[in-house]
Amino acid sequence: MLRYIIRRMLWLMFVLLGLCAITFILSRVVPGDPATAYLGPRAKAEQVEMVRIQLGLDKPLYTQFFYYLRDLSRGNLGESLRTHRPVMVGIIDHLPASLELMFSAIFVALLVGIPLGVISAKKENTLVDHLIRLFSVADVSLPSFWLAMIFQIVFFRWLGLFPIGGRIDTVVGLISPIEKITGFYVLDALITGNWPAFTSVLSHLVLPTITLACFSMGLIARMTRSTMLEVLREDYITTARAVGVSEKEILFLQALKNAMGPTITTAGLSFAFMLTATLYIELIFFWPGIGSYITKAIFLNDYPVIMGVTMLMALFYVVVNLIVDILIAVFDPRIRLG
Amino acid sequence: MILKNPLTTFGLVIIFILMITAFFAPMLAPYPDQGRGLSNLKERLAAPSTRHLFGTDYLGRDILSRVIFGARVSLRAAIVVVFIVMSIGVPLGLIAGYFGGKIDEIIMRFADMILAFPSLLLAVAIIASLGPSLLNALIALCIPWWPWYTRLMRSQVISIKEMQFVESARAIGVSRWRIMFRHILPNCISPIIVQATLDMGFIILALAGLGFLGLGTQPPTADWGVMVSDGREFFMKQWWISTFSGAAIFSTVLAFNLVGDGIREALDPKIRWRFQKT
Repeated sequence: MLRYIIRRMLWLMFVLLGLCAITFILSRVVPGDPATAYLGPRAKAEQVEMVRIQLGLDKPLYTQFFYYLRDLSRGNLGESLRTHRPVMVGIIDHLPASLELMFSAIFVALLVGIPLGVISAKKENTLVDHLIRLFSVADVSLPSFWLAMIFQIVFFRWLGLFPIGGRIDTVVGLISPIEKITGFYVLDALITGNWPAFTSVLSHLVLPTITLACFSMGLIARMTRSTMLEVLREDYITTARAVGVSEKEILFLQALKNAMGPTITTAGLSFAFMLTATLYIELIFFWPGIGSYITKAIFLNDYPVIMGVTMLMALFYVVVNLIVDILIAVFDPRIRLG
Repeated sequence: MILKNPLTTFGLVIIFILMITAFFAPMLAPYPDQGRGLSNLKERLAAPSTRHLFGTDYLGRDILSRVIFGARVSLRAAIVVVFIVMSIGVPLGLIAGYFGGKIDEIIMRFADMILAFPSLLLAVAIIASLGPSLLNALIALCIPWWPWYTRLMRSQVISIKEMQFVESARAIGVSRWRIMFRHILPNCISPIIVQATLDMGFIILALAGLGFLGLGTQPPTADWGVMVSDGREFFMKQWWISTFSGAAIFSTVLAFNLVGDGIREALDPKIRWRFQKT
């Protein structure tokens, strides 16, 4: 077991080095000179030359790469071309909003996806099964940016049930401001007992959460269905039925317990996938998270921010995948650790 | 067998309609010039009517015509990406699987490394540095995608290369490359084709997403993702711009996923056995 984890860690280091190489190369093929990009179009030639030296652009490429790695290891991802703020600070500012959204989405996805999968397996090849399968394939096929807009027009403009976007109502935010403790507004409002803010935050969370949860919900329902179908054919289930265990208990306790492995893997993978999906959802719901941070940078051609966020998101993605793999190996002794 | 499943049939019908639409776009579109990008400022933001079934956009162009021409762009782009990805991934997988050893190790480690990244994000970063255009979007989608085919092909080759017919070819002195491309490749190709069908949907979705961010197809070419994004500014009043183009993306991707699911079930012996039993 330990050997497996160490091997995976070594592989992780290798992947990270590759990741650094890719972002380094990408930030060097940027059209135009990075120094000019840093100073803006009206900079004088001497100024550009000074910044070139300052940024180490006069050195050979391998030295530049070494400097780049050195900066990264100190947590220095460079500065934004527009605001000249360190990219790391920008990421730390925006991360809690995204994580809050992602956690609530994965929660909803599991809460809805698992029962749907179980029911679908139980009613295999009936109308209910076909409908649930259609629903789960549809979930996976929906363009999230479009779904977000449809939700806005239906639930905000037509029904007036939920706000169009943002994390909290402006007025509520002014009258009963949220004290920043964890950066998760729901938790912060709950801890401080700030009820007006709490309800406002929750209602702002609903639409983005459902939009983001959609894809994972479909995947989880599909995965649960197919593993449940396999498990339900096992002998021990027949035995349980024979000795008169109730059907509900068989489904939700005996069978589901053994079908959870692949479902957890799917949930972990789709959590990592959500990182890219938040890009669209945050843009449309004006959600001030990491996705908005990078889309704004895309529209403004702010390369250091794009590369920094890519770097960090990829790191997050790789680490989540690693954790999922290790968890599976821990919980499922049948996996060969060769 | 495949057609027994109503969902798969439904998907096939949509794909068929889509292909017809894409192929005959200039004949089917009510306003082909506007489909190609000609503006018509007299009828800006007109609501759906008998003149313009899906309404018009902010330049007065007929949405229906643009959706029809968009089918061309999406399908063509997806086919190009699948083709390139296959022609990089398949030979590499063939080589890795057939030769084994060091070559295998190098190719597969490299493939695994690329698969370790979130693909869409990698694509965004690539386009951000190359500059936004349809060509760059296609390149950016190919780079994170080919390793899937390498993996699939390699596993196929490994299971086939020890079979008797390969052994006999080797015994009578057929050259290595001839064995690889004439004897092994044709026997591994069907799972690759299935994968390619499945990927069409995902590529169309990814491309629409890049278009939405302004990183894919550039105006005035009709592109579903770009159209959804164009409509965002007017969405609360002129809902039709984004709604119809988004619905086109959704139904296309749904169709490919339904068909892919159907094929996968038909090919998986465990599930087929279940079908026969019930």
